[in-house]
Amino acid sequence: MKKEVFLWMAQRASAGVLALCVVVHLATIVYAVRGGLSAAEILGRTRGNAGWLAFYTVFVLAAAVHAPIGLRPVLAEWLGWRTPSRDLFAALFAAALWFLGMRAVLAVFG
Amino acid sequence: MSATLKVKILRGSALESFEVPRHPSQTVLDVVTYIQRELDPTLAYRFACRVGMCGSCAMTVNGAPRWTCRTHVDRVARNDSIEIGPLRNLPLIRDLVTDMRTFFDKWERAGGHFEGAATRHDDFAPVRPDSEDRKAADAGIECIGCGVCYAACDVVSWNPDYLGPAALNRAWTLVSDARDVKTRERLRAVAGDAGCHACHTHMSCTERCPKHLSPTAGIAGLKRAVAKAAIKGDL
Repeated sequence: MKKEVFLWMAQRASAGVLALCVVVHLATIVYAVRGGLSAAEILGRTRGNAGWLAFYTVFVLAAAVHAPIGLRPVLAEWLGWRTPSRDLFAALFAAALWFLGMRAVLAVFG
Repeated sequence: MSATLKVKILRGSALESFEVPRHPSQTVLDVVTYIQRELDPTLAYRFACRVGMCGSCAMTVNGAPRWTCRTHVDRVARNDSIEIGPLRNLPLIRDLVTDMRTFFDKWERAGGHFEGAATRHDDFAPVRPDSEDRKAADAGIECIGCGVCYAACDVVSWNPDYLGPAALNRAWTLVSDARDVKTRERLRAVAGDAGCHACHTHMSCTERCPKHLSPTAGIAGLKRAVAKAAIKGDL
């Protein structure tokens, strides 16, 4: 029961972070595509920029926390998956989001 | 308004058709009563007060759960026909009668009874009607236990252990009651996968509640109260 409460609070907190990150991300996209979009332009902005590295690290972390918590009830309600293995699956999903997200973030930083 | 109303009633797995004379201000319960008294005495249904107080007569009318004693045929008939069935999410006893035991057992599981600390020797507890807690309790206190919200709730259909909107609404009115002393136990009872955290805020309960209560608001209140208690280490 305490786990459920903790997960709910983590999902609410990560939702708040995501709301902010998505707004910044969308605003950046709108700004960046004004004169056409190129890989060189994106990399020119992100390479070696610690600010963007920190921002997208927080973004990926929030997504990796938020999405797997929301996936748990979907698995329970639609597939009837309520055994502890469901939590393991959600944890693996979180790890996959974190790994893939950070791989992308580091690729445009380095 | 045509002279007759075509009525289909779900009996077990089959729909049975009836023709019922139309009257001004006729309610769905009037229709069911006419069928049982004049056309087919074997039809089983449940009612008591007929005035929207007891919460006995809820049924599914044209796909939506409603209190039938206060639902006018004029409002719900489509092409001079209505389809009536038992409430969803509850075990069927017969025809339009469902077994409400799980529904009320869940009120108990949610800590749905008042627990005060005062005795009859104590003076009345002063409760200001305009205090935030009392206003929150008042907003949900008029529930008649009809089960309409429970039948409307998709989360109940997906998670049979879910306490449901009515039980959680009741718990919220007690958590908001300054005289009640079992808040901690009640918050423990309603937290988690079968409790307030299972609610997806679809608001079907709020949409359908015949008393225009908002169990959704109460459930959101419970989520906040549980989170506060958890942060304080008081859960």
